[in-house]
Amino acid sequence: MNIHEYQGKEILRNYGVAVPNGHVAYTVDEAVEAAEKLGSSVSVVKAQIHAGGRGKAGGVKVAKNLDEVRTYADEILGKTLVTHQTGSEGKEVKRLLIEEGCDILKEYYIGLVLDRATSRVTMMASEEGGTEIEEVAAETPEKIFKEVIDPVVGLSAYQARRLAFNINIPKEYISKAVKFMLGLYQVFVEKDCSIAEINPLVTTGDGNVLALDAKLNFDDNALFRHKDIQAYRDLDEEDPKEIEASKYDLSYIALDGNIGCMVNGAGLAMATMDIVKHYGGDPANFLDVGGGATTEKVTEAFKIILSDSNVKGIFVNIFGGIMKCDVIAEGVVEATKQVGLEIPLVVRLEGTNVDLGKKILAESGLNITAAESMADGAEKIVALVK
Amino acid sequence: MSVFINKDTKVLVQGITGSTALFHTKQMLEYGTKIVGGTSPGKGGTEVEGVPVFNTVKEVVDATGANASVIYVPAPFAADAILEAVDAELDLVICITEHIPVMDMVKVKRYMEGKKTRLVGPNCPGVITPEECKIGIMPGYIHKKGHIGVVSRSGTLTYEAVHQLSEQGFGQSTAVGIGGDPVNGTNFIDVLKAFNEDPETEAVMMIGEIGGTAEEEAAEWVKANMKKPVVGFIGGATAPPGKRMGHAGAIISGGKGTADEKIKVLNSCGIKVAETPSVMGETMIGVLKENGLLEKCKTH
Repeated sequence: MNIHEYQGKEILRNYGVAVPNGHVAYTVDEAVEAAEKLGSSVSVVKAQIHAGGRGKAGGVKVAKNLDEVRTYADEILGKTLVTHQTGSEGKEVKRLLIEEGCDILKEYYIGLVLDRATSRVTMMASEEGGTEIEEVAAETPEKIFKEVIDPVVGLSAYQARRLAFNINIPKEYISKAVKFMLGLYQVFVEKDCSIAEINPLVTTGDGNVLALDAKLNFDDNALFRHKDIQAYRDLDEEDPKEIEASKYDLSYIALDGNIGCMVNGAGLAMATMDIVKHYGGDPANFLDVGGGATTEKVTEAFKIILSDSNVKGIFVNIFGGIMKCDVIAEGVVEATKQVGLEIPLVVRLEGTNVDLGKKILAESGLNITAAESMADGAEKIVALVK
Repeated sequence: MSVFINKDTKVLVQGITGSTALFHTKQMLEYGTKIVGGTSPGKGGTEVEGVPVFNTVKEVVDATGANASVIYVPAPFAADAILEAVDAELDLVICITEHIPVMDMVKVKRYMEGKKTRLVGPNCPGVITPEECKIGIMPGYIHKKGHIGVVSRSGTLTYEAVHQLSEQGFGQSTAVGIGGDPVNGTNFIDVLKAFNEDPETEAVMMIGEIGGTAEEEAAEWVKANMKKPVVGFIGGATAPPGKRMGHAGAIISGGKGTADEKIKVLNSCGIKVAETPSVMGETMIGVLKENGLLEKCKTH
């Protein structure tokens, strides 16, 4: 799960990790009020969307007085920002972060991720702050320093110190940088983050080490134990179909094509998209109904696929293991009863209770094209949609 | 012979009284798996499907000599279940449960260092040695005994591959689902090593997907060490970057972990990659032919 920058900074602040003072604003008046409350000579108006590259897209402005705050807030609120992470349709700005400006000496990068090769959390640091870490990794990999963290002892002070010295943080800032890194690691493990990225981390003229930006992502699987993080969810940032799917624990991702796919198992769901493409079609979505799906869940999955107006045909590809084919069949029949079906439907069933599933579909009287294999099904749905 | 499990494996089911566990316990028993006990804290002394239920894993081991366990407990409690199984010194623990928090698995992995137990999974379909022992959730009837080893990050794609092989007359020595999570107990290389040493296995089908670099590392290992032909498939060629495709581990991040990149490395390491998921079986047959193994591997 993603959250906004201001929410990430709120969490950091609670852990004693230094961030600039700031307030969230939903309206222009709130923005001006927030700047007044801050009372700083310079304030920064920052668009809050779940995507990077906001600065380049005109979503971050430095205001020297309250009038400028008003002007910039008015300009940015409601604006659709197009960045390299939003896609061409962009994202509308509905919230702002009004933050006090600070006297930046130098920008650095600090990030925490899971290193899959070692199964350990790893802290990365670089003195190339403000640049994307992937870019630094490609161009000057020698400028990235890493510390692999033992989960039993956590990030040690010596590791943080080593990173701070390696990225050339001046010695008078070292102890503050170390405190910052230790706090950030604590947030990462206690809140079950999947990514914690501070880019840039800055040293300031008044002797501070601060997170100028904060990107925190959370492990969806651990949200059950973090009600506070769940409360940060911003539905405006998500695809409505994906929101509907998440209510039923369905793994759904909207894509641009016109062939709706309903599959069990993530691997098979990806492979189904691949094979649809191979036969010249274009998948409208990734959808894994999961192992424990009930007839109700399958019905909802079907409705979500049908709610996408681009969908011109549906391919159901099921290989039952935990998932039983009769449950899928009943869900398909139930959904079509509820919402009707005016587009081609190709169904391929195999695995647990396959005969029962096929029987339910055959006796339903629905206009279903049966497929013998996934290749057969993909070919058939591509032909029917064309 | 086979890898990890065979007809003598004595299995215990952790969380045996849950509905999913019950359904699959029944299926495993029907397949012929020796299930000697189960756990369900507070229900010790009872019996389900003719299998005695205990309160703790240690009790099952002491009473029955169980040497492997399969875990069906819900995600919030699954890491603890793995720890309990490792502590009881089982040889093998297979964790079916999906959606376990990654940080839980980071700790489990650390705890397991230096311990004798092998963990397969989590978020996996399990392991099957056809006609001997089935531990997990895979549909038993699609498998046939034979000489192809199968290893995969995806459950349903494993079924797809196995089904194609069986239909065309090529049985399997063992099929291992290593699971779709970013932190797992057994990786591709562990399974490839076992297949390499298993006299029954003549060739291996390796099924990967986008995200991470496990396939690339496995391919390099194959190039340096593998005595037997390996056929591959990588799912997710059409997956958009930055989106988690169902499996926690299936994500292209920072331009890394794409299907194209993986296929390129596999090819360069001498692994023939099936072009679509529906020709995994055919691709294997072609490679068996090239290696003069067709007759040896044709089982029915």
